[in-house]
Amino acid sequence: MAKPAELSPVSPAMEVRTPPKDQEPDKLAGPATWVDDRIGLAKLMGNIRKVFPDHWSFLLGEIALYSFVILLLTGVFLTIWFKPSMAEVDYAGSYELLRNVRMSEAFSSTLSISFDIRGGLLVRQIHHWSAMLFVAAMTVHMLRVFFTGAFRKPRELNWLIGVGLLSIGLVEGFAGYSLPDDLLSGTGLRFVDGLIRSIPLIGTWAEFFVFAGEFPGTLIVPRLYMVHILLVPGLLLGLISAHMALLVYHKHTHWPAPGRTNHNIQGYPFFPIYVAKAGGFFFIVFGITILMGALMQINPVWLFGPYNPSQVTAGSQPDWYMGFVEGATRIIPNWEWHVLGTTWSWNIFLPGVGLMGLLFTALAVYPFIEAWITGDKSEHHLLDRPRNAPNRTAFGVAGMAAYGMFWLAGGNDIIATQFHVSLNNVTYFMRGAVFVVPVVAFIVTKRICLSLQRADRDRVLHGSETNVIVRSPDGGYSEAHAPISQGEAYSLTRHPQLDALAPSGEKLGRTRQRLSRWYADGQVPTPTAEEIEAAAHHSDAPALEASETADSGVSH
Amino acid sequence: MSEQKNLPVPDPGLEEHEHRYTDVNEAAADRAYKQIVGMLAAVPVLVLAFLFVYFGVPKDAELVLFGANLQMQTTLLGLTGGLATLMIGVAAIAWARSLMSDEEIVGERHGAASPPEARERVLADLETGIEASGIRRRKLLGTGMAGALGLIAVPALVSLADLGPWPTPALRAETIERTIWAEGVRLVNDVSYLPLKASDLEVGQLVNAVPETLEKIEDGPAFQEAKAKAAIIVVRMDPNSIKIPDSRKDWQINGILSYSKICTHVGCPISLWEQLTHHLLCPCHQSTFDLANSGVVVFGPAARSLPQLPITTDSEGYLVARSDFTVPVGPSYFERDSSKDFKEGDR
Repeated sequence: MAKPAELSPVSPAMEVRTPPKDQEPDKLAGPATWVDDRIGLAKLMGNIRKVFPDHWSFLLGEIALYSFVILLLTGVFLTIWFKPSMAEVDYAGSYELLRNVRMSEAFSSTLSISFDIRGGLLVRQIHHWSAMLFVAAMTVHMLRVFFTGAFRKPRELNWLIGVGLLSIGLVEGFAGYSLPDDLLSGTGLRFVDGLIRSIPLIGTWAEFFVFAGEFPGTLIVPRLYMVHILLVPGLLLGLISAHMALLVYHKHTHWPAPGRTNHNIQGYPFFPIYVAKAGGFFFIVFGITILMGALMQINPVWLFGPYNPSQVTAGSQPDWYMGFVEGATRIIPNWEWHVLGTTWSWNIFLPGVGLMGLLFTALAVYPFIEAWITGDKSEHHLLDRPRNAPNRTAFGVAGMAAYGMFWLAGGNDIIATQFHVSLNNVTYFMRGAVFVVPVVAFIVTKRICLSLQRADRDRVLHGSETNVIVRSPDGGYSEAHAPISQGEAYSLTRHPQLDALAPSGEKLGRTRQRLSRWYADGQVPTPTAEEIEAAAHHSDAPALEASETADSGVSH
Repeated sequence: MSEQKNLPVPDPGLEEHEHRYTDVNEAAADRAYKQIVGMLAAVPVLVLAFLFVYFGVPKDAELVLFGANLQMQTTLLGLTGGLATLMIGVAAIAWARSLMSDEEIVGERHGAASPPEARERVLADLETGIEASGIRRRKLLGTGMAGALGLIAVPALVSLADLGPWPTPALRAETIERTIWAEGVRLVNDVSYLPLKASDLEVGQLVNAVPETLEKIEDGPAFQEAKAKAAIIVVRMDPNSIKIPDSRKDWQINGILSYSKICTHVGCPISLWEQLTHHLLCPCHQSTFDLANSGVVVFGPAARSLPQLPITTDSEGYLVARSDFTVPVGPSYFERDSSKDFKEGDR
């Protein structure tokens, strides 16, 4: 039992207190104190002077984030008028050419957004352009993270979240451009119907479940609408929040430069510099997307007309980010298996589900494979220059090349008609190119990386070119070199050398041993302090000998 | 690859801060200040212009810009709104770059891992909690709870079983395995629904057709579903220049043949006709079928021949179907072995 509290004759709350008059009250203090008293605002805000490093390549992820915000804002506007219904109506809006044509309510309401709602077409076009930009910015941001090694420990989980964002970003985009129910989007949906049907074992069931029966049915547009405006945006929002939270927790990586180490971070404070820079950048991305919506037509559905399952437009193509799947579907040989009375449609399943699965699996596992090969368990906050990780860079470029070839194959008919070449030959060529071009890209990229390493080494040892040609007393010509700053020399020599895993006490598999040796092999060693010293003395001698010292420094 | 101790070139440390022009020259700073305020001042002007366009420019007014016809209202709304937005962004960044302090600061990084004491504390707390829960002594609690939680997913998953009708053999036979074609159904033009007369077709001509029964389907979705499978092409070729297998001698009339228009690859309507080669090309993925040879695949990712619709003429000379398709139209599916479909070399 609680004891009755002792009552003091005068409760402190009842005392009449007068605020000190001499102090000028801060205008913000009142509301801020009010909020802080209730939710601990000051604790919540943490360090608003948090340091962020500056580099243009760190803006790419920001573009993706801002495009997403633009998509949410414009998307809300579009939902006010869009009717996700496949019920048929006779069009009665103001676009003369389709007057009285039968069409779904989805298409009819898309037309009314485009022609009858003021600003509707503008918002539709902004929405579509920023969707293209969203996926593009995510892709380029991912490439930046890949090529600079920013995915390494401790950021592997954030890399996985990024891969998740990119993959469901594609689903979101596809669901979105399927909604208007015009001829092009209907054709895309029919492709997806075939794609789902091709899944071994469960294909027909999945098709009937997704479309609620046969294609096209009446439910696919409302279902995709739910996926497009609720399910996937919710997932994206959650994953983006986690992505940002981890970014703040790990602190941003930075480029190596004098004074920047694995244990510090150099840059500008969040408040006020990044509030202004990042906030301003949001308005720049938004402004440019609005201008694109104003000046560049995109997806003119009224020209395609309502969906008609017996028609198709020549040159039908998906939005750019589905192009690689489209290309693979075009160039795959017509493989179909027949086993025990069943049909396995590899000609659709492999390029569709298979290729997307391969891409995202490869992206997801890469950080772990690289760490396994190098045996690297340390934390990395300094970025790699791509040339200093030649195999990673070459692998990334090979992946880009493969993606690019598949993407190009998605326009094999356009290539054939534009360049007056045989469609069949383009297709046969692309079948080979998707395998050969990545290999060539790998080799060429690796060579370029090693040459750049050599150039770095030369620059450290011999300094920079001065454009001054010196004639020596005995008639020889040579270019004088000027020494580079200590800061630059430091930046060019500080990267760690890759070491093959030593077959120490730990038992290493033969494969891992070999991979690790291959991964470290071929790199140009950074000059040692002695070599730099020797080269410095050497260049004190008459400049004519400078050219003779242009030894490449390759040791393998 | 931890931090290297013996670097060939020692780290000279952070570079010295260089002052910007606006830091050392008051006039330059004032100029930057004026520019930024100027940009912000443009925003209300552009917003007013936006309002004027929104309320003042008619929806159907057109604007010709660089030879392109644009909706004037859309373009002007975007130009005013877009520039206003852009101005805010440019002003904010210009402010940050030229007038805010540009002293870089250095922060410390700490490892991502929690300190060992924190890990130990959490482990100890977990231990205390597990002990307090009594799960160690009454083991069935844990198993029971895990099992129950796993099983509760079953009703959630099962309630999705009505997402669509189940494609049982009976339902497949009624849906993806049949079309509305049947014996005696006339072939009609797909736009005008006028019946096609055999004598009106020229050699080399290709016509898009549908069954006459399609027009009578009032319900929109049912109409689309029926059309998605029943669309055909009717083509007349010189009977002497094409291969007609014995089994299909009476599926055609004087070189007039009819095929499904739905590609056996992923179901696009095939429509590009090469008159001289008798090839039909799908614009989606370029599967090519030889109409002069029972619709076999000659190129591309499709694996199955184009299903042929057996046709004849009725007493008035109009083209009619002899039956439905003998094989399902459109893409293959798992439950049916399509290897028995017509192939090159079949009689």
